[in-house]
Amino acid sequence: MMATAGSALRIAALALFAALALCACEREMRRFQTPPDNRSSPRPETPRTSTLQPAETRDDPVRMPAGNGEGYEGNAYNVAQGKRLYRWYNCGGCHAQGGGGMGPALMDDQWRYGSEPAQIFSTIMQGRPNGMPSFGGHLSEDQVWQLTAYVRSMSGQLRKDVAPGRADSLQANEPEAARDREPARPGAK
Amino acid sequence: MQNAHAMNPPGDAPASRLKDGPGPGSREAAALDATWSDPPGLLGWLAAVNHKSIARRFIATTFFFFLAGGLLALVMRLQLARPGSKLVGPDLYNQLFTMHGSTMMFLFAVPVMQAVAVYLVPLMLGTRSIAFPRLNAFAYWIFLFGGVMLYVVFVLGAGPDVGWFSYVPLAGPDYSPGKRADFWAQMITFTELSALLEAIVVITTVFKLRAPGMTLNRIPLFVWAMLVTAFMVLFAMPSVMLASTMLIMDRLVGSHFFNPAEGGDVVLWQHLFWFFGHPEVYLIFLPGLGFLSAIIPTFARRPIFGYTAMVLSLIATAFLAFGLWVHHMFAVNLPELGKSFFTAASMLIAIPSAVQIFCWLATLWSGKLDFKTPLLFVLGFFFILVLGGMTGIMLASVPLDLQVHDSYFVVAHLHYVLIGGAVFPLFGAFYYWYPKITGRLMSERLGRWNFWLFFTGFNVAFFPMHLLGLKGMPRRVYTYQAGLGWDTMNMVATIGALTIAAAVLLFIVNAVRSLRHGAPAGANPWGAGTLEWATESPPPPCNFHAIPVVHGREPLWEPPRTEADGARPAFTHVGGLAADTRELLATTVLDARPDLRVNFPDPTIWPFVSAVAVTALFIGSIFTPWAVVWGSIPIAIALTAWFWPQRAETSVHLSLERKPWQ
Amino acid sequence: MMQALHDVLAPFGPQAAHVRELWLLTLAVCTVVFAAVLAALLLALLRAPRANAQSSPDLSALMRPEPGKRRSVIAAVAASTLLLLALIAASIFTDRALARLSTEGALRLDVTAHQWWWEVRYVEPNVADSFVTANEIHVPTGRPVIVTLKADDVIHSFWLPSLAGKKDLLPGRTATMHFRADRDGIYRGQCAEFCGSQHALMAFFVVADPPERYAAWAAAQRRTASEPTSEQPVRGREIFMRSSCAMCHAIDGTAAQAVRGPNLTHVASRGTLAAGALPNTPEDLKRWIADPQQTKPGTYMPATKLAPEEMDALVGYLQTLR
Repeated sequence: MMATAGSALRIAALALFAALALCACEREMRRFQTPPDNRSSPRPETPRTSTLQPAETRDDPVRMPAGNGEGYEGNAYNVAQGKRLYRWYNCGGCHAQGGGGMGPALMDDQWRYGSEPAQIFSTIMQGRPNGMPSFGGHLSEDQVWQLTAYVRSMSGQLRKDVAPGRADSLQANEPEAARDREPARPGAK
Repeated sequence: MQNAHAMNPPGDAPASRLKDGPGPGSREAAALDATWSDPPGLLGWLAAVNHKSIARRFIATTFFFFLAGGLLALVMRLQLARPGSKLVGPDLYNQLFTMHGSTMMFLFAVPVMQAVAVYLVPLMLGTRSIAFPRLNAFAYWIFLFGGVMLYVVFVLGAGPDVGWFSYVPLAGPDYSPGKRADFWAQMITFTELSALLEAIVVITTVFKLRAPGMTLNRIPLFVWAMLVTAFMVLFAMPSVMLASTMLIMDRLVGSHFFNPAEGGDVVLWQHLFWFFGHPEVYLIFLPGLGFLSAIIPTFARRPIFGYTAMVLSLIATAFLAFGLWVHHMFAVNLPELGKSFFTAASMLIAIPSAVQIFCWLATLWSGKLDFKTPLLFVLGFFFILVLGGMTGIMLASVPLDLQVHDSYFVVAHLHYVLIGGAVFPLFGAFYYWYPKITGRLMSERLGRWNFWLFFTGFNVAFFPMHLLGLKGMPRRVYTYQAGLGWDTMNMVATIGALTIAAAVLLFIVNAVRSLRHGAPAGANPWGAGTLEWATESPPPPCNFHAIPVVHGREPLWEPPRTEADGARPAFTHVGGLAADTRELLATTVLDARPDLRVNFPDPTIWPFVSAVAVTALFIGSIFTPWAVVWGSIPIAIALTAWFWPQRAETSVHLSLERKPWQ
Repeated sequence: MMQALHDVLAPFGPQAAHVRELWLLTLAVCTVVFAAVLAALLLALLRAPRANAQSSPDLSALMRPEPGKRRSVIAAVAASTLLLLALIAASIFTDRALARLSTEGALRLDVTAHQWWWEVRYVEPNVADSFVTANEIHVPTGRPVIVTLKADDVIHSFWLPSLAGKKDLLPGRTATMHFRADRDGIYRGQCAEFCGSQHALMAFFVVADPPERYAAWAAAQRRTASEPTSEQPVRGREIFMRSSCAMCHAIDGTAAQAVRGPNLTHVASRGTLAAGALPNTPEDLKRWIADPQQTKPGTYMPATKLAPEEMDALVGYLQTLR
């Protein structure tokens, strides 16, 4: 009896440690490598839905996402990269710090084109009518997944120990890590 | 023992208690030893409060951290041995140098000095315990848990990677995603809490628990050094705890202390950090000076020259150390006139150090030398520390600093100062006090090998770094390109680092082997003059079976005058403290006249439990601010249990208070 | 790779030369003191008789004062104090000399540090004459240079061993430093403040040219990018504009106007790539574009995957940006 209790305890401790290790590893890993080239994998293509593009426009179709952004949302470094790219590529120009402006808000519970990572990925790649530019080909897929993860952190969809803290800039709202999760609802107000 | 008396109704103590006084072998001595022993078993081990048990664990723990930090350094040196090496990448390298620096500063250099002090100070002062023995145990557990936490997260791939100095904004929420910097900042809270508690313990012990007759001007210099260090800890550590707490708040709850865009300031961090960081260097270095002042008189066979000057130098160093933090920030655009002030302060702190060095030279000059391993390490100190002091003078000058700041020149300088000023004396101290702690001597032959290997390896490893810095190699680089003229010297430095590793290995072999095979030491193998050598080796649980009375600075060299000298016979010991309960003699602060009989608490598990509860709160707070709220409940429970008066203990104390003659 | 000078003790400008003089003085004083202390120690060791643990300690010092030794110690402390005061004075005089560098007719530069490269803006009185480059600073010999230092992200430090000391670049603050190069040559500098993953590979070069050569270089830098003429560079430019390159880099005179990465208007005129990490050859440029993480793990430059002929075209275009 004692032996089983003891071994159960040991197994529980081991499992706890393993869970801890996995959490920590996934959250903290920084993979300084170029992601493998997946051009060869056959993926369905879809036309762009916006002609707005940075620099010179291109009209080739964009490829649908592979998977649902696995490996990005649990990784703090990738989410932080997404936050940097959000600033670098002037996403705030339309969406502000998530509160919206010319473009829709990103920190509320309204999702016109879906809140799933794959849906956000498609939105960034294809563009959307009435102003959302199409970034397919202008950004690497790696960067788009990072942006996707960050966009989802803005409405509290990510784990709090992964979501970014406050930025080193003027800040109009709570840090992403402190936001409550907004239940995703389709459509717009 | 305790239980036997607990059987008596309160206030009805036995007609006559066992009193201390008689030497080893007596019934009273046996009772004393039983009283001051730690309880048996695993629970007893966790409940231990005897200062020697706690100090032994503390020293062993810090030594393990020293080895771990050293291994990290070795990996870095292997990486840097050749240009463009791919042994470790930037991510791991940055974790390695951060862990190395944090380990050596926070988990080794400061705590090891305090740990040695916890062992030696009561023995040197002729008393039976450190003050606040439970607090002392608590400080150890907190330190252990903080250090273990840092290494666990490092092994899990979340080691901090922003340097032991964690400059914002690099360490802030925007540029350090994840929890790496949070673990670092919380480790600071653990270790600094421990350091502060130890400082309180040491200060109280030195002020109130000295043997009768040990006036302020008879305190051994090592104890003076630790007293001054403890006061420095009290003033320096809050600064870094404040800074690390502000960093954690910036990262976790979105405060803006360091965010320039919201009115914060990135230089604020540097001021707070270096206001701690520079005194930190001296509170590592002063205990080293204390070791020297203990070792040199013994092996020069004469009292130290210039005792008063030495004490005043220690105090002057402590004051000046708080006035020169800005020399770490000369490259920041601060007002130039202010920088000149800090240049002057940084250079003038060399004077108290010079006073001590000249006094030691005078002591050696007029002594008769007993050339043992501890003295060798002292001589190594002279070469290395003085050289490091010279480069320190160079770094104090604003124009020179602007060239060599943050280059390998600084890496060379700081290792010359810290290894020369603290680690060499510490190794000397290990050889010197090892027989006191274990009862056996370490091998002299291995000791000499150990010294020469360490000394050579050290200079081979670190001297070339001066030149590397002058040739433009910056610090904290994970790699460098070929053809910059840095290749050969880096290779040489790596060879030196391997030699140091061999020396440390030899030290471990010597220490482990001597534990069983060393020559029995006896009470006073070196013929030293301070009180710790008056008792057996290793000391009995109660340290002294009778509290000695001190008649001079070197009590064992200056026995009390006898009737034959024509003087009135003086007391050699005081007796009459209860042997069956932890009763101690407190003395006055200045003259150490007997003042009070105080009762010390018994061993208890609660400091350990409290430390576990505090650890849960500290670690939890990294993940959610609510941990501070919910985590305080178990802490409150543990602390209440800790401080709750025990009926049995109280009754003994009361009976002693009411009938002290019994 | 560019052969460049980076030695504190081999100065090529007045600022670094002043520091070297102070260095030599300080080194001399420190060496003498070090030697004296060691000599005293050695003498003490040689003259003191040997003893062992049983030797009775000499307690005479406790009974009577030791005036001889006291005098020696006081003299040694006094001498140390005087030497230190002299060094403090020397340090302050050097500081003043450094501050006195004439800045008349100085060239003005704004240097902004980024993770992990240097943006350099030449600030001319006539705004149209200002231009931007990266990681490679050309200066005319004999003319003072005023550098305004800013940081875009974290703290960096601008260190130029052969010409001047270093100064930190802090977010939210600006700093300035002055230097002058008296001899032509290439001087290497590097970030000296730990700034993240690629702190190690964050070098820059100061190329000091005779004034005429500098003027020619500056004139070339002011021009917008040359129009490609042959077919391959035209195709390369199209690839540049249509891929991720244009998201971060600017090429003056084209649609690419982003400011997140180095300005590439005259990229082919520079000696190195990626803040000194690679020599600027077509092969290295291809390697860098295809897989930057291979050269600088952690860099923010994304990999751009192109078919070989596309890569040839892109690099062919970049090579025309002289």
